[in-house]
Amino acid sequence: MATMTGQPINRIDGPLKVSGKATYAYEHWDVGEPLYGFIVGATIGKGRIVQIDTTGAERSPGVRMVMTYRNAPAQGPRDASIPSQYSRAYPMLSGPDIHHYGEPVALVVATTYEQARAAASLVEVEYAVLSGHFDFAKRLDKAYAPKAVNAGLATDSAVGNFDTAFKSADVKIDQVYTTPYQFSQPMEPHCCLAVPNGDDLTVYVSAQILAEAHTAIASTLKIDPLRIRLVTPYVGGGFGSKLGIHGETILAALAARALKEPVKIAMTRQQIFHLVSVRPATSQRVRLGAGRDGRLVALGHDVTMFTSPISEYAEQSATSARGLYAAPNRLTRHRLTALDLPRGEDVRAPGEAPGLHAFESAMDELAHALNMDPIELRILNEPKVHPEEGIPFSDRRLVECMREGARRFGWERRPAKPASVRDGRWLVGYGMAAAIRGQFQMTSKAKVRMGPDGIAVVQSDMTDIGTGTYTIVAQVAADALGVPLDRVRVELGRSDYPAGAGSGGSWGASNTCTSVHRACMALREKLRIGKIPAEGMEAEGEIAAMSEEPNYKNYSIFTYGAHFAEVGVDVDTAEIRLRRMLGVFAAGRILNAKTARSQLIGGMTWGVSSALLEDGTVDARTGAFVNRDLAEYLVPVHADIPEIDAILLDGFDGKANELGAKGLGELGNCGANAAVANAVFNATGVRVRDFPITLDKVLPALPREV
Amino acid sequence: MRPFTYERAIDPEAAVAAVSKAGAKFISGGTNLLDLMKLEIERPIHLVDISRLPLKDIKEEPDGGMRIGAQATNSDVAADIRVRTRYPVLSQALLAGASGQLRNKASVGGNLLQRTRCPYFYDTAASCNKRDPSSGCAAIGGINRGHAILGASDACIATHPSDMAVAMVVLDAEIELLDADRATRRIAIGDFHRLPGTTPHIETALKTGEMITGVVLPAPPEGRQFYRKVRDRASYAFALVSVAVVVATERGTITSARVAFGGVAHKPWRAKEAEAALTGGTATMATYWAAAEAAMAGATGRGHNDFKIELAKRTLCRTLAHAAQEN
Amino acid sequence: MSLSTVGDTKNAENATENAKVALTVNGRVRQLELDPRTSLLDALREHLHLTGTKKGCDHGQCGACTVLINGRRINSCLTLAVMHADDEIVTIEGLGSPDALHPMQAAFVLRDGFQCGYCTPGQICSAIGMLAEAKAGWPSHATADVAAQTTALTDAEIRERMSGNICRCAAYPNIIAAIRDVAEGDRG
Ligand SMILES: Cc1cc2nc3c(=O)[nH]c(=O)nc-3n(C[C@H](O)[C@H](O)[C@H](O)COP(=O)(O)OP(=O)(O)OC[C@H]3O[C@@H](n4cnc5c(N)ncnc54)[C@H](O)[C@@H]3O)c2cc1C
Ligand code: SF4
Ligand code: FES
Ligand code: FES
Repeated sequence: MATMTGQPINRIDGPLKVSGKATYAYEHWDVGEPLYGFIVGATIGKGRIVQIDTTGAERSPGVRMVMTYRNAPAQGPRDASIPSQYSRAYPMLSGPDIHHYGEPVALVVATTYEQARAAASLVEVEYAVLSGHFDFAKRLDKAYAPKAVNAGLATDSAVGNFDTAFKSADVKIDQVYTTPYQFSQPMEPHCCLAVPNGDDLTVYVSAQILAEAHTAIASTLKIDPLRIRLVTPYVGGGFGSKLGIHGETILAALAARALKEPVKIAMTRQQIFHLVSVRPATSQRVRLGAGRDGRLVALGHDVTMFTSPISEYAEQSATSARGLYAAPNRLTRHRLTALDLPRGEDVRAPGEAPGLHAFESAMDELAHALNMDPIELRILNEPKVHPEEGIPFSDRRLVECMREGARRFGWERRPAKPASVRDGRWLVGYGMAAAIRGQFQMTSKAKVRMGPDGIAVVQSDMTDIGTGTYTIVAQVAADALGVPLDRVRVELGRSDYPAGAGSGGSWGASNTCTSVHRACMALREKLRIGKIPAEGMEAEGEIAAMSEEPNYKNYSIFTYGAHFAEVGVDVDTAEIRLRRMLGVFAAGRILNAKTARSQLIGGMTWGVSSALLEDGTVDARTGAFVNRDLAEYLVPVHADIPEIDAILLDGFDGKANELGAKGLGELGNCGANAAVANAVFNATGVRVRDFPITLDKVLPALPREV
Repeated sequence: MRPFTYERAIDPEAAVAAVSKAGAKFISGGTNLLDLMKLEIERPIHLVDISRLPLKDIKEEPDGGMRIGAQATNSDVAADIRVRTRYPVLSQALLAGASGQLRNKASVGGNLLQRTRCPYFYDTAASCNKRDPSSGCAAIGGINRGHAILGASDACIATHPSDMAVAMVVLDAEIELLDADRATRRIAIGDFHRLPGTTPHIETALKTGEMITGVVLPAPPEGRQFYRKVRDRASYAFALVSVAVVVATERGTITSARVAFGGVAHKPWRAKEAEAALTGGTATMATYWAAAEAAMAGATGRGHNDFKIELAKRTLCRTLAHAAQEN
Repeated sequence: MSLSTVGDTKNAENATENAKVALTVNGRVRQLELDPRTSLLDALREHLHLTGTKKGCDHGQCGACTVLINGRRINSCLTLAVMHADDEIVTIEGLGSPDALHPMQAAFVLRDGFQCGYCTPGQICSAIGMLAEAKAGWPSHATADVAAQTTALTDAEIRERMSGNICRCAAYPNIIAAIRDVAEGDRG
């Protein structure tokens, strides 16, 4: 009977977005004229403010307030014992100490943006500089083991005896791969409009998870959460960087409450590099030991990454290796080394993106060493049950993804020998890699109300960050209620709606839709026995966290895929360009074939980007990210992305939830980078292990043409 | 951005008169000046808007050359069919730069005077002799992947970012200037941009208050022209290295050659040594490599940018081969 | 709480006088008094409340702020509002409305040429400007022979010409499909 779910219908918020009528956080004019805030950042990497002179800024025209640590209101402290870092208080301007470059030292609020920006440069700060640690490579030996890694996953895992097995393996790969600092950089800058109303505060915020943002804001401001309302109808991209709130939100709220007027603040693009999240740089040692037949006997993945000393964050980069291939002896470990840099936070596909980049490159190296087809090697090592936990897979289909992808991509045309195929001035190569990503379930609530007019209104504080939430919720609700799509109205992004799981960790779609589905089923039941009163009839739906769901203990519930890339490398200059790419994915039931494909294509493009372009460079003398704008920190443009397609295997994972749906917002970005890297090797015979693979790293190994 | 007063000039004479005020600056497309003003790297107190001056014409000259008004946009020049057929290297260089939107605003005059993209120049907290004379150069000993390999000094290792100017250099363009006394002069583009020396803040031969009114291209040189830009991203990125060449061959012998590089020096870099090595030689890879070695004989890297030396050589050889082969 | 609040002070370092400027936006003349420092982008968003035009970088590095001026696409963040008296400015709001979409807007919806929607108005304005440029015979960096009179608008050409508009959601293939639809519709 389900007719809407899965259909490739157009986004229902599409007409608003393409006509410029969708309002993002900075754009709510119905609240009146706001004041403008501008953040002043520290120009040292570590030290202390010894003197701060705000008189010039205060005298500057239009300035209403200059806030520094000396006059900032008292705020709740950051409480590291709260498990989710995004629910913790986020105090700003709380003291003279500087922990990283760019850290806010003052906020200037003025009548106009131009006035605030100009006055900001008149704030004079004198620092006592302390020598900080900014050089990751030089601090590798100071690494320690964290208690747990991201998402509460285990820091280490061990099965069998890795050392002995690896030592005696016939064929060995033992390589170190490094990945750089990376940034989410959504197109909408991090921004906030805070509107006070007596003691109440409305916060128009650009955030992915409203419930967490709400808790964080209330505990920072130390006010009753009931007095704060968050509004987020649209978010201009998040990619992890809006899971939590950042300085601009707290500063806007503090200033608005102090001045009793609306205040808005947007970070400049340059500021975002220091004031929002950074994906930690990593150094990863991958060791693979196999028999001559290709069967893995030992598999080891050791990851060391940087962490901020004041806010520990460990990406779960070695965890993909725990579930991907069978091997009797296994060892995965995460270590952290502290640097005085901005704090690490989630960036799209935390863990998998850097982890698979290294691990799936190593698998390619092993295939090459064995003179085996990379797909055959993977199929040979396909596990029957989860290789470390011993539990069955709910729904895997990785082999099917690889076979289907190989067929569609024309994998049989892959140059068997590296550096053997030319097309004009281009060396051409093919690469592939597997994708794996955990499925998460968090508590999530939704409400649906049917009015006497027959219109159903679905409400959740869930956000649509470009993922298509408005649309898939309407599709699922229409099916559950048995009404046409145009009878469903979806209202999202307000903290006074029931708390959904938010957009993060790829769980948004499946979690929200399952709770919406339950709400609709409950309403149907009510409708069956009663008549709709004038004020409408309402029902709620709810799902529990995965820790409460036995399926998530008894089954390994993941999503999978296979990436295929063809690249060209210029024989003279080593310029590397993608020629085409295909991904085949198994993510349970697809809620909207059109928006799902878009998500996956987007994720795959992120893989191309991390393989070839993105590279946050730190000046080790100051701790500043040097390439902090979009002209220097390169992300792909249209010309970098030719044919990319994503195929979704039709499926249903009933162990995940009754809709059979799983997440896929990050899946496209899991392993895509390795497929590109492996294609570069196939094209050139040059293996670059220091990502991204830029032309300067390939050039020395390419023979001159004379 | 610091406050400024604004006026729109009605004719070139009024413009140069208006800019004689201390702290005044011309604004044309604004795509470089406003970028820098927002960061307070440039702090003019008065802006003279020259974007509407009647200096947009692209005209043929009696000697077979062309004159391009300083206010012609980068797009207009690149799309002009006479430029495309007679000076394709110029059209190619322009099209390789920036983006469609930026080229629609960027003027010829502004493009010549755009400032370096050195990230430390852009960071007002970093020491930079170009932005703040005698403060030091953070790029030396810092991150310098994009920096100069030729003609740099211990005071500054920045590059000039223009693509257009590199093509103009191989075309032996002349820049036409008007000063506050309404005097005009012409200067060869090769003499217009300067090497950093000890005064990297002085970037061109432009005198205070002088305005660029146009660029004059002599009749097209003999031979085939080609512009090749190498960059990390496929588009909308500055050059790591770029090469403009004009080569003429006769029965396998190179009769004349002109070579210039972008992305390697504080100015668009004319490689006379390479030209000498090419002229009279056979149109073969061996000759091209000899020219490349000659061009890069004086090159030095600063660490991260060492690769540019080899990259420049290879790019030159390939570009020459490409241009010569279709002669 | 000892928050310092300060009012306007004359003769301070940053004093400015507002300038009067009349902007013609989407066919309507709008009288404004602006700080001369106001970018065209901020004039649209913060003074005229036309927030369809987006600020992604404020430095010409992303294309989110693309508008059409006298039919040509430009980045509104890198130009001053006061420089645009006498110009015809068209923003995304001037192209179509949710229930009367411009063909390019409709094609973006159909092809799912966006996700978060933040780069989208810029992509659409840019695409319209780009098609006009192609129609006028302009070559691009992707054009093999710039001297040729005409160039076929292949996907590679569209990609190169649209490269001034970054989409971090990476809706690129879908954007190209949408533009191709419109370009082909124009032709036939
Ligand atoms: C993101 C980005 C990417 C870019 N990529 C490239 C690239 O790849 N290649 C490339 O070559 N360029 C690139 N550019 C630079 C672009 O080409 C320049 O910004 C543009 O050419 C400057 O022209 P304008 O008219 O806007 O100059 P303006 O910004 O108006 O002026 C620049 C300077 O020139 C002075 N000036 C302007 N006209 C005159 C005149 N007639 N007489 C005297 N002084 C004058 C001004 O006072 C100012 O100091 C890029 C720019 C951006 C923002
Ligand atoms: S290279 Fe030149 S522009 Fe860059 S920091 Fe040094 S002096 Fe400044
Ligand atoms: S906001 Fe203008 S180009 Fe990014
Ligand atoms: S749709 Fe989100 S940046 Fe393009």
